[in-house]
Amino acid sequence: MLTDGAWGTQLQARGLPIGEFPDAWNLSHPAEVQAVARAYVEAGSQVILTNTFGANRLRLAEAGLADQVAAINRRGVEISKQAASGRAAVFASIGPTGKLLLTGEVTAEALSAAFAEQAQALAAAGADGLVIETMSDLEEAQLAVVAARATGLPVVACAVFDAGKDKDRTMMGCTPELAAETLTRAGADVVGTNCGQGIERFAALCRRLRSATDRPLWLKPNAGLPQLVNGRVHYAATPEQFAARVPELVAAGASFIGGCCGTTPAFIQAAARAVRQQPQRPA
Amino acid sequence: MDDLKRLHDAILEGDATAAHEITEKALAAGVEPMRLVNDYMIPAMAEVGRRFECNEFFVPELLIAARAMKSALGLVRPLLAASGAQPAGRVVIGTVKGDLHDIGKNLVAAMLEGHGFEVIDLGVNVAPEQFIATVKEKGARIVAMSALLTTTMPAMRSTVEALKQAGIRNQVKVLIGGAPITQRYADEIGADGYSDNAVGAVAVAKQVLAA
Repeated sequence: MLTDGAWGTQLQARGLPIGEFPDAWNLSHPAEVQAVARAYVEAGSQVILTNTFGANRLRLAEAGLADQVAAINRRGVEISKQAASGRAAVFASIGPTGKLLLTGEVTAEALSAAFAEQAQALAAAGADGLVIETMSDLEEAQLAVVAARATGLPVVACAVFDAGKDKDRTMMGCTPELAAETLTRAGADVVGTNCGQGIERFAALCRRLRSATDRPLWLKPNAGLPQLVNGRVHYAATPEQFAARVPELVAAGASFIGGCCGTTPAFIQAAARAVRQQPQRPA
Repeated sequence: MDDLKRLHDAILEGDATAAHEITEKALAAGVEPMRLVNDYMIPAMAEVGRRFECNEFFVPELLIAARAMKSALGLVRPLLAASGAQPAGRVVIGTVKGDLHDIGKNLVAAMLEGHGFEVIDLGVNVAPEQFIATVKEKGARIVAMSALLTTTMPAMRSTVEALKQAGIRNQVKVLIGGAPITQRYADEIGADGYSDNAVGAVAVAKQVLAA
């Protein structure tokens, strides 16, 4: 099953100014947001996400938008559903709050309340599922899973592995095995990993997740590492290089494959060709 | 001195309460403050760094060790200041304009404080003018900038340019870090140092001040 690629970089290509909160564009620039969603549907995404990654109360408060939590999340789902118009499922994105439990700057109760508020708003707007992504702290991820589960929707939960010499640990030092076990136990229906690094090491991460959970696996690697060339951000990987690795991910047990930072509809198109060309196996 | 070895271990294990108590008792018993710092506290933080570099320690261990170090150092610092000893250096740190991410920046701030630097944390979304005003006002020797986003990293270049225009670029060393940052980018914008982790950032900070 193919999911989508990056949103933030695509919105910037459509004029989102540097430093502006992408989620706020659900209200101010819905046509541009919908164009990103539609491009992924046309590229072959069977599941698209929503422009709601940072739309939790704690993060929105930093941008002075705390009173817009419900509206930004509702519009995010509506925009993606209109773009999908039945051709793709809409799984709504829930990202981390950016606050660390460990340092005491936020309490577990405050995190749970923020995730519950966002999850309920996304569910009420008609999302087909919820995707908790880019989680560095499994404690926070678990709270998000519990809040998302309460909506009754299917829940995907993803950690980001970008720490340690081999980039196979979360920022907090957790292994893929521990992440898979923890997220499964918390009640995620699908577990996985997104962001953090390019596609090269994702097959190995996928096999390690596979060894620790019986749930379907969800993978969204970046388009390599970003480089600044003549003042413009450039990602090293091409759609073809990315797609060449897709069969390896399928063989490693991935059920849902898409891209994170730096990927575009062209990456999804190339991935779709790679999937079509390989012998089918039941998801 | 078994008791003082326990100070080293308390910091290494991130036990802030124990680190505070042992330091308090040692000072009351007349142990030289400088000896506590040089023989027990700094070696403990060095060991924390070593364990981080070989994947034995991760962010949680770094944070709690830095917190224990800070609590012990809080008792010692006024005594050192009274005896005329200088802090390792004054650092003004912040996440650049347009960027609201602060986990990495907070971690670097904690590690610098743990190593005896005086850290002035300007928070997130810090404009070049704020960095400049703080350098002028507080006499900071290091400007440390963080960015998580590829879209906000150009603000590092504009801050370096603004320091030049304010005529204070040669008074400070500029350190940068964050997920999309590379040594190449640091060289390109004329920063004095870069690290891809908080432990390395302390080493780079010491290095640039010694240079």
